[in-house]
Amino acid sequence: MRAGSNKYTTSEKKNVDYGMILQQASVPLMFIIICAVCIPIAGLSPSYLANEIVTRMGRNSFLILSLLIPIMAGMGLNFGMTLGAMAGEIGLILVSDWQIVGIPGMVLAAIISIPISILLGIFCGKILNKAKGREMITSYIMSFFINGIYQLVVLYLMGFIIPIKHSSIKLPRGYGIRNTVSLLRMRQHLDNLIAINVNGIKIPVMTFIIVGILCVFIIWFRKTKLGQDMRAVGQDMEVARDAGIDVERTRIISIVMSTVLAGIGMIIYLQNMGNIATYSSHSQIGMFCIAALLVGGASVDRASIGNVFLGVILFHTMFIVAPRAGAYITGDSMIGEYFRVFVSYAVITLALIMYETKKRREKSVSGQQLRAEQDRDEAKASGKGGNV
Amino acid sequence: MITDNAPLLEMRNIKKDFFGNQVLTDINLKLKEGEVLGLVGENGAGKSTLMKILFGATDIRETGGYGGEILLNGEKVSFATPFEAIAKGIGMVHQEFSLIPGFEATENILLNREPKKTNLIAEVFGERLDTLDRREMDERAAKAIEKMGVKIDQHMLINSMPVGHKQFTEIARELSKEQLKLLILDEPTAVLTEREAEALLASIRGMSERGISVIFITHRLQEILSVCDNVAVMRDGVLVQEVPAASTNVEEITRWMVGRNVDNTAARTESRINEDARTILEIDKLWVDMPGETVRNVSLSVKEGEILGIGGLAGQGKLGIPNGIMGLYQAGGRVVFDGKEIPLNDPRKCLDSSFAFVSEDRRGVGLLLDESLEWNVAFPAMQVQNRFLKNYLGGLVKWRDEQAIREVTEKYIDELKIKCTSSKQNARELSGGNQQKVCLAKAFALEPKVLFVSEPTRGIDVGAKALVLEALKKFNREKGVTVVMISSELEELRSTCDRIAIISGGRVSGVLPAGASVEDFGMLMLSNVV
Amino acid sequence: MTESITMKDKIMASLKSFGLPRLIITGFLLLLLIMAPFVGADLPTQISNIINRFSWNGVLVLAMVPMVHSGCGLNFGLPLGIISGLLGATLSIEFGFTGAFSFLMAIVIATPFALVLGALYGWLLNKIKGGEMMIATYVGFSSVSLMCMMWLLLPYHSPNMVWGFSGKGLRTTISLEGYYNQALAGIGQINIGNVSIPTGTLLFFALLAFGIWAFLHTKTGTAMTAVGSNPVFARAAGINVDRIRMLSVIMSTWLAAIGILVYEQGFGFIQLYMAPFYMALPAVSAILIGGASVNKASIMNVIVGTILFQGIVTMTPTVMNNMIHMDMSEVIRIIASMGMILFALTRKTEASR
Repeated sequence: MRAGSNKYTTSEKKNVDYGMILQQASVPLMFIIICAVCIPIAGLSPSYLANEIVTRMGRNSFLILSLLIPIMAGMGLNFGMTLGAMAGEIGLILVSDWQIVGIPGMVLAAIISIPISILLGIFCGKILNKAKGREMITSYIMSFFINGIYQLVVLYLMGFIIPIKHSSIKLPRGYGIRNTVSLLRMRQHLDNLIAINVNGIKIPVMTFIIVGILCVFIIWFRKTKLGQDMRAVGQDMEVARDAGIDVERTRIISIVMSTVLAGIGMIIYLQNMGNIATYSSHSQIGMFCIAALLVGGASVDRASIGNVFLGVILFHTMFIVAPRAGAYITGDSMIGEYFRVFVSYAVITLALIMYETKKRREKSVSGQQLRAEQDRDEAKASGKGGNV
Repeated sequence: MITDNAPLLEMRNIKKDFFGNQVLTDINLKLKEGEVLGLVGENGAGKSTLMKILFGATDIRETGGYGGEILLNGEKVSFATPFEAIAKGIGMVHQEFSLIPGFEATENILLNREPKKTNLIAEVFGERLDTLDRREMDERAAKAIEKMGVKIDQHMLINSMPVGHKQFTEIARELSKEQLKLLILDEPTAVLTEREAEALLASIRGMSERGISVIFITHRLQEILSVCDNVAVMRDGVLVQEVPAASTNVEEITRWMVGRNVDNTAARTESRINEDARTILEIDKLWVDMPGETVRNVSLSVKEGEILGIGGLAGQGKLGIPNGIMGLYQAGGRVVFDGKEIPLNDPRKCLDSSFAFVSEDRRGVGLLLDESLEWNVAFPAMQVQNRFLKNYLGGLVKWRDEQAIREVTEKYIDELKIKCTSSKQNARELSGGNQQKVCLAKAFALEPKVLFVSEPTRGIDVGAKALVLEALKKFNREKGVTVVMISSELEELRSTCDRIAIISGGRVSGVLPAGASVEDFGMLMLSNVV
Repeated sequence: MTESITMKDKIMASLKSFGLPRLIITGFLLLLLIMAPFVGADLPTQISNIINRFSWNGVLVLAMVPMVHSGCGLNFGLPLGIISGLLGATLSIEFGFTGAFSFLMAIVIATPFALVLGALYGWLLNKIKGGEMMIATYVGFSSVSLMCMMWLLLPYHSPNMVWGFSGKGLRTTISLEGYYNQALAGIGQINIGNVSIPTGTLLFFALLAFGIWAFLHTKTGTAMTAVGSNPVFARAAGINVDRIRMLSVIMSTWLAAIGILVYEQGFGFIQLYMAPFYMALPAVSAILIGGASVNKASIMNVIVGTILFQGIVTMTPTVMNNMIHMDMSEVIRIIASMGMILFALTRKTEASR
């Protein structure tokens, strides 16, 4: 989890590590190959491709970074980041109704989303504490459950109990929010705040600065007492508890932090997109973020900032080129669309399987040691334990 | 070494019972500053319970607290949690490591006590956002390691350390606590190599010179004699002796540990050692990888029709033998039954060869807690021997014969006097003793030729104990079944078995007839303890 | 005094074991039934709807039972079995079978797919004991998205199934008119006023349910229950735990394949592409609502759960619509079913293994 924490002193250990490194690198390598094959076939211009990748890095990095903290606390991939995404959307919907636009609108949306994220995060954290050892499936179901609540709020209560003035976002029936909420007057305001153009590639400097700040924050956070506690809890809850660390609270905090960051990340994501698909923007976001992180070489129990950026680049390159390449090869554009969905799921499946098998493999080593030990004893022609 | 101050620790009339079962009776103990006390006794003698009381373990409070009082520097104390004990300067190194595997030694030594530097964000959001002061951490860890006197790499990750270094990391963690006055070491040398153990003993002497008192629990009596000022011997919850280490020797301590003042009449009176009986089961160079009960190179032969006891201290490997033979843990070596080699690591093959096993882990292995007694009793016989089944369509459909299952279950309920509401009751709802009887019934229903019984009386009351042992003897006598019984209680083995093998350090340290003297068994138990 | 306390404790304990969410859901359905006549909904039509929907979904819910019994947890990988069923359905039509016979052929063709996929799936689940549910979910997702490509690429030609303009690639929805639409429901259908009872489908479900019930009474079935109840006990009794688990996964997968075919014959259409994606969740929540837990389930849980779940699905829209003129059924369904799954996942006793 912590970069540079693998300082082995014995050379024996190092040999074992090469296999590990190779396994960790296998997913990124596979993606590099997929991309290397697809890019020439897709025939997109390099500048278009670069532009797209840079845009998507700005759009997605913040969201993916929000996944790092629960991994650090040993809670696995936080499928519940969707909760934060919903909180961010609620913030944006309200802000657009109040006609607060541009950067102030984004800031206000973030301010609205934070308390909602905190509440949802506490709820989610408490439930996950009751489901230790099956956090991932629980957080996954949690995202569906809260999606139900979200629909209840946005589709029925908004305009009914929560005042919504503008008919442009309200459904014609008088309550509920339309399927799409336009963020035209916020669209890419953050990206364009400081944007520079390098060889026709637009670089949203301000967005990257914010992402950079978050990275610095995460690096700094790992050095804090809380960060240290999270790593301890993540590795062994019982030992951490014996040392006096409040395990439950620490886990809840990690989920709350992740949810809050996901909320802000969603606002950055949507300002780039320029509109909210009210009922579907969030539903796939968790899956794509997790897939991207895993493509970057992360696993269920360890992930670094490097994994995030490598993942964004590789995953989204695949995302951009796959439909074109698929269409070229099979003559059907849908193939590529389905292919990239399949790859997203397959990579998550693979990562989960690798994680579980690793957990089991660690067990079976000691028996071999024992046999070897006994053989050594035999060689020494021991007189002990003779026949009775 | 011993100074003449007021005692650092005084325990007065400590009593403890678990639900009416007296485990500690009137323990009185004094410990001076800088004194090293060796605490010895068989498993179950009450050492651990006494230390748990001293360390404020929560399960003591949950089971009704304790009697008597503890004084620390003349001041009465009563700890509700280990944290309170730690605050008062008591440290304990447990047998199981309590270390974070992916952390460096330094991080583990200072876990949750890290020196911190505050910052602006922490001022707003609370002190958990203080950053760790790595340099200070390194210094403090280095100081603790130096205090210990054994060199370990403070930046090595725990999971790449040899096991001995993990133990030293734990000790260094306790030493890094400024307030530490009394350190309890619970069998710390069990995992150490010879050289490491010597280093530890030197380190204990060093601590003592710095004024830290140590309570040192071990089965290796030589170590006690070489490092301790005093030796306290416990037996059956009573402190039987407390003498200066210089005035005693290994033989004497052993006698105190095992020698109940009972004479040897407790052993089975009828001598049943039949030299002519043929060997029915031959165990050859068996190793078993059972965590905490490792078996190394055990060879044993079992004679037809006998009850062979296997005894020894906890953790020495006696439990690994039946578990390894029955295929529940990874094992190697050769097991020959009736001239035929039994393949290891396959429970089914053992059951097919008419072995049966009553596990020491009743709730984990022995029972289907959420199913009826009928299922528990009949299941293995049904699966292994196709009994209690009705065949339809020429054997294509093997239907459960509920009637036969009920009959056999009721037969054993009567025979073993199992207290239950009906044969349909769930096993979970029975008391420990009755659950044990169900486990026996399950094994009896298999009608085995060889029966392994592991810790048959662990955690059950006196009445049930007698019943269970009697049932075993009867089964052996009437059905001619060879029984291998594994137990930590020597008395129980001596009263039930014909011959007793003692396992120590994963190996057979000797086999004696049940009538041999308790002292002889004691010497074997302690001979090559790990 | 003490006695009254123990009485109270007992009631509280039994309520607790029944579970608050389950209680709320049952209460809610009862309320809907009572309200229905007052808000002008036609009760017989409603009941007829519930019975019909029960007959469509029963087998899919039944497909949960073997895996729960063997301790593999809730079968979130249901889509894998559904895909086998879809392959059977589309191939049966492709090969030119028609009418009720095409239903039989669909089952016959789906079976080998279900067995092979089930065996692979079982092998995988044996490698990752303890993490079954999450991986099952994603195995389901991966296989559905893989099949999305396959539906386009496989050389289907039947004009009733492929896109008209390109002549290749299966349509998203395929009508079963002329094939096995109502193949089971039509057998001995009873119509009384507004109530129509699909006797054939119900009998078919009863047959499969009886099969599972009977299986659980055989030697192997007993072993399966024991493996789910305590795998270590089963191993010590000489059971090959992996083989029993594998068998349960194959059974669940095959039942899911049959389940989707039964669903289609009632619904009248084959739905391809992303349709099987979320089909596991309603089946999972149905059996939980019926009283099952992560490692215990009975045929009764299946029947009760399916009726309750489908009851809510069919009653909420009409009753709520008539009452407050808001169709909140979708939202209520999501909250109720997901809440139920969440509740089951957080039970302590079940998390012990």
